[in-house]
Order: sequence, then structure tokens, then C-alpha cells
Amino acid sequence: MARALINVPAKAARGEIIEIKTLIQHPMETGFRVGYNGAMIPRDIISNFVCAYNGVEIFRAELSSAIASNPFLTFTTVAAESGEITFKWTGDNGFEAIETAGITVA
Amino acid sequence: MKPLIQPSRIQPSRRRFMAGAAGAAALQIVTSRGASATPEAMRAEITRVTGGAPVRSGKVALDIPQLVENGNTVSMAVSVESPMTPADHVKAIHVFNEKNPQPQVISMYLGPRAGRAAVSTRIKLADTQKIIAIAQMSDGSFWSGSADVIVTIAACLEDL
Amino acid sequence: MRALRALAAGLALGLAAAGAAEIAPGERRSGYDDMGPQTRAMQDDDSANPGMFWVLDGQALWSRKEGAAQKSCADCHGGAEAGMKGVSARHPAIDAARAKPVDIEERINICRAGRQQAAPLARESKELLALTAYIARQSRGQPVSIALDAQTRSFIAQGAAIWNRRQGQLNLSCANCHDDNWGRKLAGAGVPQAHPTGYPVYRLEWQTLGSLQRRLRNCMTGMRAEAYEYGSEEFAALELYLMARAQGMAMDAPGVRP
Repeated sequence: MARALINVPAKAARGEIIEIKTLIQHPMETGFRVGYNGAMIPRDIISNFVCAYNGVEIFRAELSSAIASNPFLTFTTVAAESGEITFKWTGDNGFEAIETAGITVA
Repeated sequence: MKPLIQPSRIQPSRRRFMAGAAGAAALQIVTSRGASATPEAMRAEITRVTGGAPVRSGKVALDIPQLVENGNTVSMAVSVESPMTPADHVKAIHVFNEKNPQPQVISMYLGPRAGRAAVSTRIKLADTQKIIAIAQMSDGSFWSGSADVIVTIAACLEDL
Repeated sequence: MRALRALAAGLALGLAAAGAAEIAPGERRSGYDDMGPQTRAMQDDDSANPGMFWVLDGQALWSRKEGAAQKSCADCHGGAEAGMKGVSARHPAIDAARAKPVDIEERINICRAGRQQAAPLARESKELLALTAYIARQSRGQPVSIALDAQTRSFIAQGAAIWNRRQGQLNLSCANCHDDNWGRKLAGAGVPQAHPTGYPVYRLEWQTLGSLQRRLRNCMTGMRAEAYEYGSEEFAALELYLMARAQGMAMDAPGVRP
């Protein structure tokens, strides 16, 4: 299971714009590198990322081989209501990781 | 007949020696590179994403260090001038490059709930090149910003 | 400034035989000091520093029971936050039984053999990197504090001799770059002073975490020299010399470096 680091403020004022940072452990093998045996190393990347706030998608990204290993993404959202923010990464070889962070909005 | 290359009798300075080492390191990298996206391939990819709509220059700020410390991991931030209201907001930000094996870097989809059109990630750059970010607005218009980056090569690498 | 430095380099060359080709304490700069703002930001924020993945793995390993003795690190040392504070800043250190310097990687394997009765962890293995990252993290902000007794000094001198020895097809010594030409460029990349305060580091070039010995092997490959073996006496002496050279500088592991 890949580790992920999520940085979401635990508390926010209603209407405040908060920054969300996500970092996930993944080699992001490009598919363009040659291995020791002279053969191409097959591609192994995360290709999709979705962030939902209480079940509603607020940010989505399509990643390519040009994203660095251990993909890092930051984006913003308006703190609307208390609840859960979920993060889902999917990619080659059936890769899937899901993380959740709680937020209290007052 | 004189030989084409004569061995130098002058002791190379340390600076020369360092340059020699640098050249050798660069050579090692070149051999490990395969196909690369050409500027034409990048233009074709941009056309595919925009559907051929005109792309105006402006509103998009692309923040990448001009001199990249290592092309394997390059911090990149994109921000777009937009009120981010339901009526007027950024729908997507697409990033392209000229010289990686493929022209696309990342596509990010956002909306008024973002509050601000400001995103960042870390990318791989195979070479010194131009990076272009294109924002797709809710009114259907496309805006772009670009950055020229110089990618240096680490002097000390592992044997491949 | 340049003229001054050239003069200093000239002086240093003259004094090389006396082993004094060193950077003045006031001129020392860590790799962190030489990095761009984006790379610094990557290290400064734990939620943006990929090195923290290894720290978290190390934290889990710290309390995992291992070997025939079924003991965890925590069973002897307690919590790492208190027990391991400053430990990486003191290594390599002389191991009394072996009468030679051991780095933190070897120290862990000595513990595994003696206390846990477990097989040694391979150099650069995920587990050894995780443990060294977790232990080094407890020394963040602590000054490098190598013991400077007579026995240690003899190994520091051995490391200094390796540092100053020209080797490889390019006939370069470590000092040629890192003492005489730091702050300049090599293949467009800045030449650092090479103070190992951040190891194990997340190197952008590697896109992963690696030890000081892995980094030293990269340098030796760059010099077209035959790299010493992992765990060799040469590396232990060289690591010890580098840490003594960085004496008093603040530890910043897990560092991020280009």
C-alpha cells in the first residue's frame, strides 16, 4: 500500500479559501527508460487523481509520464461545510489509493 | 603529413578538466534518451485539446525556476487571473512541453468551488525547453502563459 | 572576492601537505544553503518532503519485533524521539569492540546481530533507509558532534587522506571540487561544499531516498574512479572525515538535494 501525505487544515472559516497539498508514494516509471538489460522498462504511472468534497468532485487531474516520482499536487477549495474530503489516485497495473481528511467549518 | 589531432603539450587547467568531466557526463545522458516530442508535436497536442480554438496570450502565470537544478523533479506552479465565480471561472489548465518524449504534462480540471485558480505540481523535464500552460475558461476562451527553462544535468551520476 | 578565493585556494594548496586545505568555519555552507527556493520549500514542509515516507516507514519498523530474540528497537531504546536525539549527529563513531568507526547503518546492523539476533539489513534496502531516515530525523537541528579523541582523530586523518587523494581517470580529488571550487558550476550544476548534514537525502536526481555512501559512489563515478564498496573501511573513514569537517553544523535530515 502506497503511503500518502495529505495537508488539509483541520478547521476553516466558512467561505475561506483553503490550500490542499497531496503527496503520494509512486515511482512514476515513464516507459521511456532503458534498463540494465537494454530493454525498455514498462510504464508504471498514476494517470488519474480526483478530489471530492462531501462526495462532490472539486478537482481532477490527468497525469502523464512527465509528472515526477512521488506525485505532488496542490490546489485550493472554498471551505463550504464540515465533512470529508476524499482523494483517489488510480493508474497502471491496477494502482488505486484512497485517502480521506476531515474538515470542520465554522 | 601532420596528424589531425595533436596531443596537447599544455597542461590543461583545472577549469578545462572540469569541462571535460562535464562533457563526458552529458554524453552518458544523451545515450539514454529515446524519442522526444518536437515543437510540432506540442502544437498538434494543443490543437487536439483546444479543438483548434484560438489561444490568446495572457492571464496565465507559469512559475518554474528559470535554471532548473535537476530535470527529474521540477517544481511548477500555475495561476490564472479569474474571479472564479459560477459565471466566470477557469474550467481546466493544461500544461505542455516541447522536448520530453511526449508533449502532454498534466491536465487539471477545476471550477468555481476552487475559489482561486492556483495549482502546483512537480514535473520531469528532459532538456532545456519551453513550457506552455493553457487555461480553458467557462466562456470557452483559451489563454496561455509560457516559460523558458534551462535544465542542467547533475555532474555526478550513477553508472547506468 | 574571486581574487581572494584564488589566493585562499593557492594558500590551501601550499598547506595541503599539512592537511589544512579546508574551508574556513565562517565560510561553510550546507547543501540546503545552496539550493533554490523551490527545493528548500520541498524540504521545509514535511507534507511536501518525500523523504517523510521513509521516516514514517522507519517509525513503524522501530517498534516491530525482529529476529530470534523477538525484540524491537523500542524494547531497548524506548521512544526514538528522546532516545535517538543527536545519535545520527554523532555518527560515524568508534565501536569499542571493533576499534573502528561505524556509521549509523552499520550501528543498526550491529544491534540487529547482537540484540535482535536478526539478519543484517542490506545497504540501500528500503528498511535500512527507513530506519536511518527515522533516526536521523530525531537529530534535526542538532549540531554535528563527532567525538574528537585520539582514536577517532586517527580515522579522521585516514578519511582526510582519501579526500585529498587524486584518483580515477580524471585525476581529481574530492577536495579539487568541494574545497577548491565550491560555489562554481560543474556541468551547469552548482558545486556544493559537501557537508553531509541531510543524509539520508531525497535526491531529485534519484527521485528516491539514498545514503551518503550512495552519494559518494555517484561522485566517484563522476571522477571515473572505482567506487569503494558499500560498508568498506574507506567509506567509514571518509564519512567520518566529512562529518568532522561539518562539526557544529545543524543536521537537517531527511534533506532534499538536487
